[in-house]
Amino acid sequence: MEELHLPPIDYAAIAPLLLVFGAGCVGVLVEAFVPRAWRYRVQVPLLLAGLVAALIALISVADKRVSTAGGALAIDGPALFLQGGLVALGIVSVLLIAERRVERGGAFVAQASVVAGTDSDRRQSSQPGATEVYPLTAFALGGMMLFCAANDLVTMFVALEVFSLPLYLLCALARRRRLLSQEASVKYFLLGAFSSAFFLYGVALLYGFAGTMSFTGLREAAAEAGSEDTLLFLGIAMLSVGLLFKAAMVPFHVWTPDVYQGAPTPVTGMMAACTKLAAFGGILRVFTVGFADINLDWEPILIAVAIATMLVGAVMAVTQTDIKRLLAYSSIANAGYVFTGVLALSEEGVAGTMFYLVAYGFTVLAAFAVVTLVRDADGEATHLSRWAGLGRRSPLFAGLFTVLMLAFAGIPLTSGFTSKFAVFSAALGADQVTLVIVGLISSAVLAFPYLRVVVLMYLSEPAEDTPTVSLPGVFTSLALVIGLVATIGLGVVPGPVLELAEQASSFIG
Amino acid sequence: MDGYLGGYASLGLLLIAAALLFVVAFGANRLLSPRNPSGAKTTTYECGIDPVPGDWAQAQIRYYVFAYLYVLFAVESVFLFPWAMVFDRPGFGVVTLVEMGVFIAVLALGLLYAWRKGVLRWT
Repeated sequence: MEELHLPPIDYAAIAPLLLVFGAGCVGVLVEAFVPRAWRYRVQVPLLLAGLVAALIALISVADKRVSTAGGALAIDGPALFLQGGLVALGIVSVLLIAERRVERGGAFVAQASVVAGTDSDRRQSSQPGATEVYPLTAFALGGMMLFCAANDLVTMFVALEVFSLPLYLLCALARRRRLLSQEASVKYFLLGAFSSAFFLYGVALLYGFAGTMSFTGLREAAAEAGSEDTLLFLGIAMLSVGLLFKAAMVPFHVWTPDVYQGAPTPVTGMMAACTKLAAFGGILRVFTVGFADINLDWEPILIAVAIATMLVGAVMAVTQTDIKRLLAYSSIANAGYVFTGVLALSEEGVAGTMFYLVAYGFTVLAAFAVVTLVRDADGEATHLSRWAGLGRRSPLFAGLFTVLMLAFAGIPLTSGFTSKFAVFSAALGADQVTLVIVGLISSAVLAFPYLRVVVLMYLSEPAEDTPTVSLPGVFTSLALVIGLVATIGLGVVPGPVLELAEQASSFIG
Repeated sequence: MDGYLGGYASLGLLLIAAALLFVVAFGANRLLSPRNPSGAKTTTYECGIDPVPGDWAQAQIRYYVFAYLYVLFAVESVFLFPWAMVFDRPGFGVVTLVEMGVFIAVLALGLLYAWRKGVLRWT
């Protein structure tokens, strides 16, 4: 019988992952044993401490470039940078999720299984929200970190499910507009399961083709295969469907507006920032490590996908009347810009992509933080007509939102400009002129809906029932400040982070 | 009984013998036994309880928790079997034992949570 060996595991390299998952497990124990009244006060510091510890652990292993756990995990530059970005964005997301001052009891419902609209559902609207959201968030973030480091297809699939399942649940837990939230969750779950099936079938075909799951093995097998292998190309296509779905690229984007609108706003923010980052982390690794050598075969199709994403996202954003749907379509268009960086297939492209993801994440989280604050008696007032004249009611938050919108539009001195510059210049360096031209046109189109919101806030007369801007609690204020500082900071002095991304831009294996 | 597929010949013989035994046993029963059907005898036999009219029954939704927990531990045992084959070999030892302990502990966490939430109690 063949001799069996335990694969050595570099525990220091995966310590950040273990810390986040550990925080989740302890969170489950807290749910089980700590009295209800104390849970919130235990869970929030616990999860934040876990994330901060993970960030410290990441900084301490920042120079590591190893492949560990039998080649299942690659802790290399991109993995570490993206994990760092995930943890940082995760902390801001948790701050938003933990907010309980703006709405009594927080944005989450106490018992999600109570049928929406019934008497018992109305009764529970005065109870504080469920604290299970914190372990769920921890597991989702841990899964995303694992996804960015996964170095073979099976690990990647497991990570995909680990971060998807908690997100499906989190989407259904909105305190207000319960039916919309549950509909969003079911939609996301069904379509997500469908895309997972595509992903898994792609994995099976690629395994049938190469006889191995690891990206390095796939790369070697693909280089020998020539361009006539049906298994390989069907496999890549199916795998791409699964990945593009998570990144919300056209034509796999249709779930995005509905889910972003229905999910509790803090969760929407987390999905727009963290899930997008994780999905692109996986895409980067699959296409730059696995299939970069045969790029002539798949690149034309993915260029078409990127162009469609940029155009559809921008044009659809123009027609939206709901701020959350507007931000959803803008996130679709932004996925297109990020993908431009991926398709450059160079280290410069990897660095630009990673920088874009982090910069965009902070801005979008801050934008959703403002959305949670604009409220009337029915909760958040997300319809754009309700935002008319907000600039006179509360100049501070309108000004803040204006800065964020300008950042989305890519005005210089904001992170939106530097990050778009990073991906587009990488794409130009790789002779992807078409992509850059479409990207610029799409950015110009997309500037219109952003500026329309700004005009609406300042130049329209406030109606009688214009919603008020709630005073944010400590958590939301902190999230807003971090998001704003990152947005301006990465615009004015992008150097340090951009350099960090460049140093971290080469994959191992 | 040799050659590439020779080993399958005995399996084939066994299958034929089994089929023959079945046919002979039931055929003999059919030929020899007296038959005297009545209304009570032809009703569906269900553990001695009279069958309830209608063939559509809703499953109690609460079973889903048990189904979940079953899957949890079914998957666990799938991983336990290969582990049990190797853990006492040289080079594995305590570390392997601890790793499996961690794995089971994480799964047990789920059961613990279910228990504390009271979903294991039926009433």
